[in-house]
Amino acid sequence: MSVVTEGRATGGPDGSTGPLLSLRGISKHFGPVHALNDVDLDVPPGQITALVGDNGAGKSVLIKTIAGIWAPTSGTISWEGRPVEIRTPREADNLGIATVYQDLALCDNLDIVQNMFLGHEDLTHRLLDETRMELTARQTLTDLSVTTVQSVRQLVGSLSGGQRQSVAVARAVMRDARLVIMDEPTAALGVSQTAQVLDLIHTLGARGITVIVISHNLNDVFEVADRLAVLYLGRLVSSGSIDEYDRQRAVELITTGRSADDEPAGPATTDREG
Amino acid sequence: MATDEEQGTAESARPLQTDIPGTASVEPDDDTPVTQPALPELSESLGEYIRVVAKRIRSGESGVLPVLGGLILLVIIFQVQDSVFLSAGNLVNLLVQGSVFVLLGMAEIWVLVLGEIDLSVGYVAGIGGTVMAILSTTHGLPWWVAILGAIASTAVIGAVWGTLVIRLRLPSFVVTLAGLLGMEGVLLYLVNANGTGGTIRITDPVLIDIANGNLSTVAGWIVMIVSVALVGGVIFFRDRHRRMSGLVAPPLVISVLKIVVIAAAGIALVLVCNTDRGALIPVQGVPYVVLVVLGVLGVWTFLLGRTRFGRYLYAIGNNAEAARRAGISLGWNKQWAFTLTGLTAGIAGVVYASRLGSISNNIDGGTLVLYAVASAVIGGASLFGGRGKMVYALLGGLVIATIYNGMGLLGLAASYQYMVTALVLVAAVTIDSLARRGRTTGD
Ligand SMILES: Nc1ncnc2c1ncn2[C@@H]1O[C@H](COP(=O)(O)OP(=O)(O)OP(=O)(O)O)[C@@H](O)[C@H]1O
Ligand SMILES: [Mg+2]
Repeated sequence: MSVVTEGRATGGPDGSTGPLLSLRGISKHFGPVHALNDVDLDVPPGQITALVGDNGAGKSVLIKTIAGIWAPTSGTISWEGRPVEIRTPREADNLGIATVYQDLALCDNLDIVQNMFLGHEDLTHRLLDETRMELTARQTLTDLSVTTVQSVRQLVGSLSGGQRQSVAVARAVMRDARLVIMDEPTAALGVSQTAQVLDLIHTLGARGITVIVISHNLNDVFEVADRLAVLYLGRLVSSGSIDEYDRQRAVELITTGRSADDEPAGPATTDREG
Repeated sequence: MATDEEQGTAESARPLQTDIPGTASVEPDDDTPVTQPALPELSESLGEYIRVVAKRIRSGESGVLPVLGGLILLVIIFQVQDSVFLSAGNLVNLLVQGSVFVLLGMAEIWVLVLGEIDLSVGYVAGIGGTVMAILSTTHGLPWWVAILGAIASTAVIGAVWGTLVIRLRLPSFVVTLAGLLGMEGVLLYLVNANGTGGTIRITDPVLIDIANGNLSTVAGWIVMIVSVALVGGVIFFRDRHRRMSGLVAPPLVISVLKIVVIAAAGIALVLVCNTDRGALIPVQGVPYVVLVVLGVLGVWTFLLGRTRFGRYLYAIGNNAEAARRAGISLGWNKQWAFTLTGLTAGIAGVVYASRLGSISNNIDGGTLVLYAVASAVIGGASLFGGRGKMVYALLGGLVIATIYNGMGLLGLAASYQYMVTALVLVAAVTIDSLARRGRTTGD
């Protein structure tokens, strides 16, 4: 394995800086359901990590653990090398983690602007500053080429599935986050919006923002990702630079949890270079 | 200063723009605010504005229009049946009768927005009135101490319901149903323990005046002009600020029209109230209670519409999990909503006791709470949470008061009153549900 020069904003050679986020032995049990078992994962700064796995593999549970939706049953999370506890969404937010959830987590009775700023409203004299929020929201949506919505004051409940997803993505990238997590951000999007979101992920990477993206679309994964991590039935079976994988190997890992290439080499993890 | 802040956010939110390959063409307008609207927005023209509003109404966002229409219809019906209905004396009487319903409806809005309910507001209001009567009459304390004591106790009661709902995760329906029974007991206890034969009279002239006294005719005009100027100023400058920021805003004509309508309503109100309605001695002027209701309406509308707290109540009421993930504290916000429900019920209790001139142990708090919920729902609030405004309680409460008053004028028995109120309630919910069905199938 050679050091990969990515040509992206990763700065120096891999490993010169520690991971931004590091998970060790993370398990999450829901009663008898072991959704995550002993997951170790390093997310290097400024890189785009794609998290893949079959339905029910535990991808959403893993990112919800990082986002503070619930505490892991066991294991430790480190942020820039320091152990942290992320017990609430607010704590994740304070670290600089922004998340697009698979179910989008939008309020149908609020309009687009109100949803995009939910929990982070701009205030002037302690009152909601609707004008400022509306301008920022419009700018962000324009940047994301979301041009199909009629008005940013439309209720989110009246939007199409793809428009809702665009709003959720826009909300996560609008504020300056250090780590942006996206759980299937393009699942409901049309061709051009998908291209925009992929562009956006590139852009975030180029700006040095770390991204974790979950996707079932391997084309997209190989197009945007710097790194790949594969979950299989709650275990992290493989992770490493994207160059170590080809499509066939990724599919094998996703569907069976192992890959023919790995058999002689022993453990499937190729995370470290020593 | 506001401009500095605006620049700051616009900038920090912007950097995406220049880097996104697909949007290179947008680069030139680097630090000017958005000049050309990127999204197709309403245009400034009046015709366009009306068309967009019409579309909103058709798609189910009809706001207060149905209940306003219903109210006007009721007024016409009653006026045709009995020309006394629109007389100054009767209209003022109607306003005073409606004030308790409106206040209780506003109390209910706080929790309805959350998707919760408070069944105890009727008896909690009774307790507010009782505390006021005891402090003032029995203990001879000044009127304002009596009022503060009343409102503080009901706020605490509301806070207790909130704590039970949040900490023990009990359904508010059950907690406040227990509250309804328990508070009836407390009310009986307090009134009977006073040892004045099941009734506590209110003697303090100020407390009596809340629901029975009037502003002088001149003061009525002054208060009206100041209020209209305030509200009109807010509307005018808010719309102008939006237009100048390049945002969708109603055209100037509409802003002015809104202010004219509000001013006309204010003038009509004062004219009616200032007409002499006395039989033997002249009685005229705007009742104080009208000011109380409008004041509470204004402050609560502001709190619900312009602060984070209010915004969060709507978010929680629609999708509590989404609100939680946005970092919103469910407990804190719910706690305050329940507390404000109790507090507003206390204000209703003060008005109620003032109007009767006494508080007795046979208050029908059960019927009062039903009227409270009916006011809010007739006005357009949803029992499922996430939708409701304070003004809905005003309009809904006026509808109920109109039925109550009009049927009384026609000499119809209470039996009819209840049945008609029930019909109106069903009609209101039906209109709402039809409108919403239009919204889901219409797009
Ligand atoms: N709140 C919960 N309570 C109980 N079990 C849960 C909960 N959330 C997830 N699980 C279980 O954890 C497992 C992993 O679920 P998860 O949502 O992470 O899958 P996923 O990898 O995101 O799949 P998909 O690709 O379908 O989104 C599933 O078996 C699921 O049933
Ligand atoms: Mg998932």
